[in-house]
Amino acid sequence: MKVAVVVFPGSNCDRDMHHVLSDVFKLKTELVWHTDEFPKNIDAIVLPGGFSYGDRLRAGVIAAHSPVISEIKKMAEKGMPILGVCNGFQILVEAGLLPGALLKNTSLTFMCKWTEIIVKNNKTPFTNKLKLNQRIPIAIANGEGRYYADKETLRSLKKNNQIVFTYGEEVNGASLDIAGICNKQGNVVGMMPHPERSAESIINPKNSKPASLIFESLLNTLGVVQ
Amino acid sequence: MSLTPQEHAFLEKKIGRKPSPVELQIVAAEWSEHCSYKSSKKHLKLLPREGSRVISGPGYDSGVLDVGDGYVVTVHIESHNHPSAVEPYGGAATGVGGVIRDILSVGTRPIAILDGLRFGDIEKDPHARWLFKNAVRGIADYGNCLGIPTIGGEIEFDKCFTNYALVDVAAIGFGKKEKLIKNRADKDDFVVLIGGSTGRDGIGGSQFASDKLESENRSAVQIPDPFIEKLVIEAILEARDQHCIKAMKDLGGGGLSCAISEIADALSVGIEMDVARIHKREASMSPTELMVSESQERMLVITDRQKLPILKKICEKFRVPYSVIGKVKEDRMMQVRVETNTIANLPSSVITNAPLLDRPASKPKYLKKIEEIKKPNTPNDLTGTLLQMLTNPNIASKIWVYGQYDHEVGIRTVVKPGYDASVLRLDNGKFLSVKIDGNSKQCYINPRQGAIGCFEEACRNVVCTGATPIGMVDHLQFGNPEDPEIFWTFKESLEGISEFAKYLEIPCVGGKVSFYNETDNGPIKPTPLIGVLGLIDKKPLLTQKIANNNMLVIVGETKDELGGSEYYEYIHDIIGGTSPIVDMKSAKLNQQIILELINQGLVNSAHDCSKGGLAVAVSELCITNDMGCVVSIDKIPGQKLKPDEILFSESHSRYLLVIDPKNSDKIKSLLKQKNVSYAFIGKFSGSNIIFRNKTKTIANLRVDKARDKWLNSLESLVTHG
Repeated sequence: MKVAVVVFPGSNCDRDMHHVLSDVFKLKTELVWHTDEFPKNIDAIVLPGGFSYGDRLRAGVIAAHSPVISEIKKMAEKGMPILGVCNGFQILVEAGLLPGALLKNTSLTFMCKWTEIIVKNNKTPFTNKLKLNQRIPIAIANGEGRYYADKETLRSLKKNNQIVFTYGEEVNGASLDIAGICNKQGNVVGMMPHPERSAESIINPKNSKPASLIFESLLNTLGVVQ
Repeated sequence: MSLTPQEHAFLEKKIGRKPSPVELQIVAAEWSEHCSYKSSKKHLKLLPREGSRVISGPGYDSGVLDVGDGYVVTVHIESHNHPSAVEPYGGAATGVGGVIRDILSVGTRPIAILDGLRFGDIEKDPHARWLFKNAVRGIADYGNCLGIPTIGGEIEFDKCFTNYALVDVAAIGFGKKEKLIKNRADKDDFVVLIGGSTGRDGIGGSQFASDKLESENRSAVQIPDPFIEKLVIEAILEARDQHCIKAMKDLGGGGLSCAISEIADALSVGIEMDVARIHKREASMSPTELMVSESQERMLVITDRQKLPILKKICEKFRVPYSVIGKVKEDRMMQVRVETNTIANLPSSVITNAPLLDRPASKPKYLKKIEEIKKPNTPNDLTGTLLQMLTNPNIASKIWVYGQYDHEVGIRTVVKPGYDASVLRLDNGKFLSVKIDGNSKQCYINPRQGAIGCFEEACRNVVCTGATPIGMVDHLQFGNPEDPEIFWTFKESLEGISEFAKYLEIPCVGGKVSFYNETDNGPIKPTPLIGVLGLIDKKPLLTQKIANNNMLVIVGETKDELGGSEYYEYIHDIIGGTSPIVDMKSAKLNQQIILELINQGLVNSAHDCSKGGLAVAVSELCITNDMGCVVSIDKIPGQKLKPDEILFSESHSRYLLVIDPKNSDKIKSLLKQKNVSYAFIGKFSGSNIIFRNKTKTIANLRVDKARDKWLNSLESLVTHG
């Protein structure tokens, strides 16, 4: 079982994600540079956080047009578990793999803090070990993290059970307090908060267990026996 | 600004001829105060540089400390004051970029940023507010994009910084000892310029910073591009891993002039370079402009013939521009050509060794005047005074600032900003505790003791996390050194810092001197800034939630030392009196005993008592734990003082400990045994912060009310003020 963490120029949570997947959850993990040939025997893909291409033009938009994305789209269609965190979420949205857009926070500033998100869909490859409505203490850090979609899209997100996480408090003015969503099939998940910053007790000031269940869900999906 | 007539004559004598115009500019850049330390160099020898953990290498731009198991921590501190005062966003951002490259240049990955910021009175001065807001945004945008957490710092507002800004940035690096760049070069090695293109920004920046700030010289301010810096970092670290770097230096003040001459001199080699090969932002730049431009995000790498193709390939992978601009030679000359035409040819040792100065120093007259003050009357409403103190921008929570900084990226931040010191986990299972401290108000009243106080405060902060101080960096910021009174304050501060460093056996592993911090309003107050690094072998003291009936213990003595205190200056508008004096013996003893208590697991949390004194320190404990406390001030050890003086004195070497009642006997006996001044002064319970003098309640403040003021006043000032 092997996970690819895709690295774009300006990605900066790639090494953190790699550490958590490989050192904490003992998954075979490979950092894949965006222009390198995509490894064949991959079972899941993570797009990490950061500032791909320096957030130029719009967060995630340039990375979303890089050649590696067409490869990722193919994998997405095949049902491979794909997780985008923070800038990774922005890339998935810009690439059209997930609906909606991510706008500047209502505070108009970058915000780094700890908050709680609530599980709204526990059927995805990244949430199947969590309980519905379970609260996850988690770190957020972004400037353009306010999820936005038009009414129709929001309706269909609700109807198709695509809202995966909502915030437990007002954070950035996101539509329906959305913190994370998935595609209709449920295999592609994007979230603004950082599970990789929240899954170890030494750095999570509250409780790291719920966030670690996001990774344990992936292990469960991939059939890794712990 | 250029060379003085004396310097001109000195240069001609050294090289035995008239310098060419380009040579003159190269030398002027390197002989600026900013690059040459010509006023301070003779005195900086006072600082103790050696220690069992210190690793020094030729031409290292960062301090290197061995933290065991084959790992090193690196540290450096710099300021970007003049640029930030003109263009706070770009000035502060490029300040971050510059110090990060110093960490990178020794071959370590930057893992944390701390910043010390100083502005005018933001309550009254909208320009100070503008500078503050934009400097914070500049640091945030740059550090966040790099993915290097800004984990701490400190902020001070004082009228002496009106129309000015001090932006100090410290950076921490981490890496394997074996991967440190060895910094050597051999004949025919290649000199490669890697990173952003060279443009017309930052022309003459080092000279600009070596004079009083009179005009807004915008072309001397550099333009930030964190995205390129991020790519440069990754490319350089990959090149390091593939052994492509024999020597390396970042380009900072003085641009190529300084980088080339300094690396050649440090490695005892010569370098010949061709300015025509430099990748430029603008086609028509003159050779002089290219040599002194301080365009950012550039590194100078020396590599050999065999590794050059690999280095090129790495740069191409990250799409980082580069140019092979020259070669190493044996003759120790720095030779600059435009294609085949030589335009400068100077011994690098001449360029890097400006004639040093013996500046006269004399004790400032103002010091005598401000000694004698009329003590203020004790306010009738000390509750109101306390609330006012918590609203004071110098004391109120800085969450509005650090909430904009990504302080979690890198997943090392164990103790987050907002506590005494920030703590990072290291790959060898140990922890690094870091803090920077400054206090211009106290340094103005007593430059020597003020500087020692900043040093001791930074030590106290790391000690409160359970760390033993292992190294320090200093950043000494003053006005015009040509003024003997200002130079005296510099010397006093430096001597104080050196004395304390020797006494505590904490080596100085880096630092910087910044003079000419003045505007038409006059010089800034003396502002030395001290950064202390502490190491924790096992586990840091993670502040535990205060429980009902936990006890409050004070260690250290409270004295009549309110000169330069927030209470005198903010509440009573008094500048003067006696400022705190560090008793070195108790400073050391108290550090040892606090660490012992923490290591024995007897303490739930430890908090330093500093700005705002005891009353503020207790309030902070109560606010962050949502718990009240009843404190008896009559029990506090020290001099006999009035109640307001006990509440707000900023005497050093004091710690507040929160303990479980079950440990009280053990703690008492340990403190007694070591002969430490201490007292059990309070108990946590209820929802009010209460100070009692014997049976009389002298202040009684609701925790939620205190929290509201402390937590929100800075943000409301900045966003609505």
